[in-house]
Amino acid sequence: MAALSAPAERPAALALRGVTKRFGDVVALDDVSLDVRAGTVHALLGENGAGKSTLMRVAFGLLAPDGGSISLAGVPCTPPFTPRDAMARGLGMVHQHFSLVAAMTVAENVALGAAGRYDAAKVASTVRAIGDRTGLVLDPAARVGDLPVSAQQRCEIVKALARDVRVLILDEPTAVLAPDEAQALLRWVRAFADSDPSHAVVLITHKLRDALAVADDITVLRRGVRVAHGPVAQFTEASLADAMLGPGERSSRVDAEVREAHTPRAPAADQAREGRDVLHAHQVVIRDTEGITRVRDASFTVHAGEIVGLAAVEGSGQHALLRAMAGLLPVAAGRLQSPTDVAFVPEDRHRDALLLDASLTENLALRDAGRRSGQLPWRTLAERTTALLSARDVRAAGATAIARTLSGGNQQKFVLARALDDAPSALIVENPTRGLDFRATAAVHDALRAARDAGLAVLVYSSDLDEVLAVADRVLALHDGVVHEVARERDTVGRAMLGVVSDASIANTERVTFATRTPSPGASA
Amino acid sequence: MSATHQASWVGAVQRLALLVGGTVFALVLLLLVTGHDPSVALRALVRGAVGSWYAFTSATLVRAIPLALTGLCVALAFRAGLLNIGAEGQLLMGAAASAAVLGTVGASLGALALPLALLTGVAAGAAWAGVAALLRQRFGVLEVISTIMLNFVALYTVGWLVRGPLQEPTGIYPQSASLPKAVQLPLLWTGTRLHVGLVLAVLLAIGLWWWQRSTASGFRLRAVGQNPHASATIGRINVARVSVLAFLASGALAGLAGAVELTGVTFALYENLSPGYGYTAIAVALLARLHPLGVLGTAALFGALQAGGNAMQRDAAVPIALVNVVEALLILLVIAGDRLTAARSARA
Repeated sequence: MAALSAPAERPAALALRGVTKRFGDVVALDDVSLDVRAGTVHALLGENGAGKSTLMRVAFGLLAPDGGSISLAGVPCTPPFTPRDAMARGLGMVHQHFSLVAAMTVAENVALGAAGRYDAAKVASTVRAIGDRTGLVLDPAARVGDLPVSAQQRCEIVKALARDVRVLILDEPTAVLAPDEAQALLRWVRAFADSDPSHAVVLITHKLRDALAVADDITVLRRGVRVAHGPVAQFTEASLADAMLGPGERSSRVDAEVREAHTPRAPAADQAREGRDVLHAHQVVIRDTEGITRVRDASFTVHAGEIVGLAAVEGSGQHALLRAMAGLLPVAAGRLQSPTDVAFVPEDRHRDALLLDASLTENLALRDAGRRSGQLPWRTLAERTTALLSARDVRAAGATAIARTLSGGNQQKFVLARALDDAPSALIVENPTRGLDFRATAAVHDALRAARDAGLAVLVYSSDLDEVLAVADRVLALHDGVVHEVARERDTVGRAMLGVVSDASIANTERVTFATRTPSPGASA
Repeated sequence: MSATHQASWVGAVQRLALLVGGTVFALVLLLLVTGHDPSVALRALVRGAVGSWYAFTSATLVRAIPLALTGLCVALAFRAGLLNIGAEGQLLMGAAASAAVLGTVGASLGALALPLALLTGVAAGAAWAGVAALLRQRFGVLEVISTIMLNFVALYTVGWLVRGPLQEPTGIYPQSASLPKAVQLPLLWTGTRLHVGLVLAVLLAIGLWWWQRSTASGFRLRAVGQNPHASATIGRINVARVSVLAFLASGALAGLAGAVELTGVTFALYENLSPGYGYTAIAVALLARLHPLGVLGTAALFGALQAGGNAMQRDAAVPIALVNVVEALLILLVIAGDRLTAARSARA
């Protein structure tokens, strides 16, 4: 470490040169280089599957590259380079799925992986000192499982900082946060990078807005290739979207989807939905199977021919609310109206929607199998599956294909197609595009809009506020078990998700709702 | 459809051939290592298992019957995602209940006595499995643990019965009185010991196979076994109900095995009525990949191995433990092979 005073002359905090990584025949990374300058925030952008996380896993020593080199602060990392080496040299990574032990305290989690004796008092004072220094305040004695998601994320970062991390990799850190929490995190990221010339942050994200707001430099990956890189001033939302999607692939439809997702429209008050009430909740209280009250007060209506979006921070009661609406959970109090033919698409398709090792025909038969009797008409079911695959553009080897062999996007298309197969009168979907790439997401959104246009009452929950705004005609915000209808504006919804509901936003919404319903006052009487 | 059926038939035959080949290979290796002459030992084994019509029917097939019935019991439970390790205990309780009915009211019932004895065995097996089902559903007790424990309870219950209430009149031997001819299962071929339990096992295997692949309730069983969450969420299946019913049906099959063994082979209740059929059944079911028809094949294979093993011990002085080692090796090989194929197909 020679004394280099000017920041511009410092070696890159993290440099990857010509990194190549193959999985079997698939080239996940093809000759990718990345320079993270000291004292900066570097945004790594790309669609799902573009290779962002793979690249960072190589940098952190979790994957050995097939070619290329890595250096930290100008010093090459010679193989075998392990996460232990990476951490010893001041590189830390916070994964999208946290690696915390829920039953342990914050202090115990911070101490995990360290050598020697566990001294509770000493670790607690470390946690407090980090809180004082960086603003990431946590109670060292709190059980991690009891903390909200945003605090768990703070705990992950504090864990890294406790090991004196100078270069921090954050994998999709804002995906689980409410907008205001996300803003706070991005401000912290900026401050961390600015606080010391040896600090740097790599921000893996697919949110153009976040990248443009906080980063100094941006690198864009597409299908394992670096397609754009440079200082943030060179880019706009449109040029970044172009780079992520590729010029040859970018159809006008996808283009519209980009605009919709990233620049929310004004409230669609003009789209008067006068369909009949299909889903209706009145002062509903829901307890989960363990008897914990998850929903305290929900009153709303979803009419035929409209998409109602539900916005909420993780753990606000949406899980129970959606399942009660789908007829899978009883209500403890209040009145809930839901048709018997309601279709439900749960967020975790592997756990809750598919028999992964069974054929698609058997997966079609699974729908409402509890209500069937006698022999199953396998021949008819197979024909219907084949028809479904071609009608809904599900790419599979055929009706006998095993569900596990389909790509995530095609699995989700199949799950949606199955839900819509019997022409239900209502559709409830939960995080319908989780883990899907851009094109698959657009296809799912199109299917939701088509369902609405066919006269279904559609209720969509998404943890991504932009998705709610992109597909919903009306928006409900759920905070701590209470549902409010709010104006379809990003800021208003974002605040309502955190429990800040101003009288103005509600009153305004009620006027709008009232106005749209006046033509049919007799419908509810 | 027919093409895939053909493929699965070919696959099943290939599999059975592979199993037999693997068995012989492992056995020869073990014999060499332990210093026995493989040719002498193997000749004794083949003679004991299939060397004559009598050996095939009275040694191999007679052993295959309880293995098939308990194998179906285990296959059904595993298919539903229930690790029922209690076939042995359910078999013993089936035999005990059957003996109790025959010993008390049997004589007065005439021709009805035998069917009633079998049904009592079925009910007792189901009830014994029901205890584990209740513990699982009500208190979340893992069925692996409860069924193993209940095996011991069943074993010692039989021990008490044959020294107490059900002991034969002279009070000398720890066993029940011998069953009169009238309540014994009819023989399939005179001159052999092969009884109609074989027909029962084959019919049940075919019935279970058809039920699982064709009916809505059979499909629910498979769906719950594969993924209870999706079964509840998408299938709106009452998972607890399906699990309990599957557990009862599974126990019923083992209970029937006990009643059949009592009325077809031993003709009396005693502690060593089963040489661990209920445990070998796990291997039988796993090697058949839980397929009811496959269970018939693997039950015959294990029946032959045990019959041949006895002959080998008698004629070539090779301890039968060697055969048990081979059985265990087979299971490990097959499970490892299945995992490997699954991993390969998941990657493709």
